[in-house]
Amino acid sequence: MAVRLDKPWRRLDSAAVSGLSGQLGVYQLSDDGATVRAIHRVDARSLFGLRGELGRELAERGEGLFFRLEVNHQPRTRWLELMMVHRADHGCLPAWNPPEDGEGLGRLSPA
Amino acid sequence: MDLSLTDEQKLIVDQVRRFVREEIVPLEDGLDPDADSLPPDDHERLAGRVAEMGLYGLDIPPEFGGPDVDIVTRTLLAIEMSQHRAGLYAPCYNVFGGAGLAQMFEANDDQKQRFLFPMLRGEKKTFFGLTEPSGGSDPARAIQTRAVRDGDDWVINGAKMFISGADRADFGLVFARTDPSKGRAGVTCFIVETDTPGFHVRRIVHTLRAARYATELQFADMRVPHANVLGEVNGGFAIANDRVSRQRIPYAATCIGVAVKAQELAVEYAGIRETFGDKLAHRQGIQWMVVENEIDIRQALWITLAAADKARRGEPFRTDSALAKIVATEASGRVVDRAMQIHGGYGVTKDLPFERWYREMRIRRIGEGPNEVQRHIVARDLFGSSLR
Ligand SMILES: Cc1cc2nc3c(=O)[nH]c(=O)nc-3n(C[C@H](O)[C@H](O)[C@H](O)COP(=O)(O)OP(=O)(O)OC[C@H]3O[C@@H](n4cnc5c(N)ncnc54)[C@H](O)[C@@H]3O)c2cc1C
Repeated sequence: MAVRLDKPWRRLDSAAVSGLSGQLGVYQLSDDGATVRAIHRVDARSLFGLRGELGRELAERGEGLFFRLEVNHQPRTRWLELMMVHRADHGCLPAWNPPEDGEGLGRLSPA
Repeated sequence: MDLSLTDEQKLIVDQVRRFVREEIVPLEDGLDPDADSLPPDDHERLAGRVAEMGLYGLDIPPEFGGPDVDIVTRTLLAIEMSQHRAGLYAPCYNVFGGAGLAQMFEANDDQKQRFLFPMLRGEKKTFFGLTEPSGGSDPARAIQTRAVRDGDDWVINGAKMFISGADRADFGLVFARTDPSKGRAGVTCFIVETDTPGFHVRRIVHTLRAARYATELQFADMRVPHANVLGEVNGGFAIANDRVSRQRIPYAATCIGVAVKAQELAVEYAGIRETFGDKLAHRQGIQWMVVENEIDIRQALWITLAAADKARRGEPFRTDSALAKIVATEASGRVVDRAMQIHGGYGVTKDLPFERWYREMRIRRIGEGPNEVQRHIVARDLFGSSLR
């Protein structure tokens, strides 16, 4: 399993959301299809899994964004890992993640 | 009973084994660890390969265009097709197609046109709605969803729990009580389209299973035309029961496939990994685990093939398939557990398939009729039908 989530970005629109599954996992958001702006997890508290949460993002933020996701039954540890990798690569968390997401976050030095 | 494979069986088992190893397993390296589907291009390409092999729609009866493969051979193939990470609940990521809801073969001509054929062509996805919040082991008593006739329609109110795939389905079967005074003889099976007003998927029910998650449904004054009654009014329970009995053999077989693969990986790893100056394979403690695995696998395999053989010969196989379901699900769970132990820490990582098998295999003792209920079926056979 690759440490980085480096799948191609997809446009966040209603057609894309309706084709998503309701599984657990993690997703990233971008406003230019290149820069990671947010990393989020979808755990078992979500009503409709990845589809539900990305649908909510679309409703709240509107069209024009990009996303990519990973279906993963351990969304919390994978989310922490992706945040650590992002911080290792860029020196900070993604711009749209609240600062408290970084509290207690470990350190990674991925290859 | 002769359990040796015919030349033809050997040929297609070998063909499918190679397909899984050469096409499916390498693809999994690039998929999410809990993926249950392939990217569309890969799916199309591999489904095409399966069609070229003449094996597309394996469990579709030949009169509906299936490849006419007998149930013993299909059982052998099911054992092969599950030998990869997603294999338990998404064998070969469904590129072999499938019959979907087997009960739909009971449909009348009009229903066949509207539902069965599109389902077989892969154009319509389905769900099977039997279990309710009030219970799934004994649906004849537990079903509280009510259907009341109103002119040419039935008005359905109630709820279903743990219904796999309903959020993405086009239609499904909903079992509802149509005569509350009659117990199991008062349940009817309805074909329900998911765009019907009053049909609601209230949430996804997240479980240990990564593939084909479950959902919770609610029906609020949902009007379903009488033309969508499958089979006879008040004859739904037999339809539900029939599916569950039939399903037990492939259900057992996919568990065995995972166990076979887990054992193969355990034997290989024990031959490489060294501790305290010697290979794990040279330790009696490890050897015995591998031997216990082999005993579990062979028992499950033979009981399951025996059930399939009875089904092939047209003999009653309800008890045999219940035994197969019990033995295969429990034995395979033990095999995966031991294989995981032999792999030590790596066994529980997402780098290897064991953790997914371990989670998903646990459900197998509950799904398709829990093992306690299977034991009840076998006991009824041994003690006579007076047992309630
Ligand atoms: C992931 C998942 C997917 C599912 N998909 C579907 C689906 O697509 N469609 C569908 O209709 N259902 C589905 N189910 C439901 C499944 O079939 C039920 O969970 C199962 O039948 C058990 O019903 P229950 O959970 O209500 O348990 P209960 O019926 O409440 O039983 C509770 C426990 O008591 C045990 N028990 C029951 N009776 C006895 C007895 N007489 N003696 C001893 N022990 C007994 C049972 O074995 C069980 O362990 C799914 C379930 C899961 C977990």
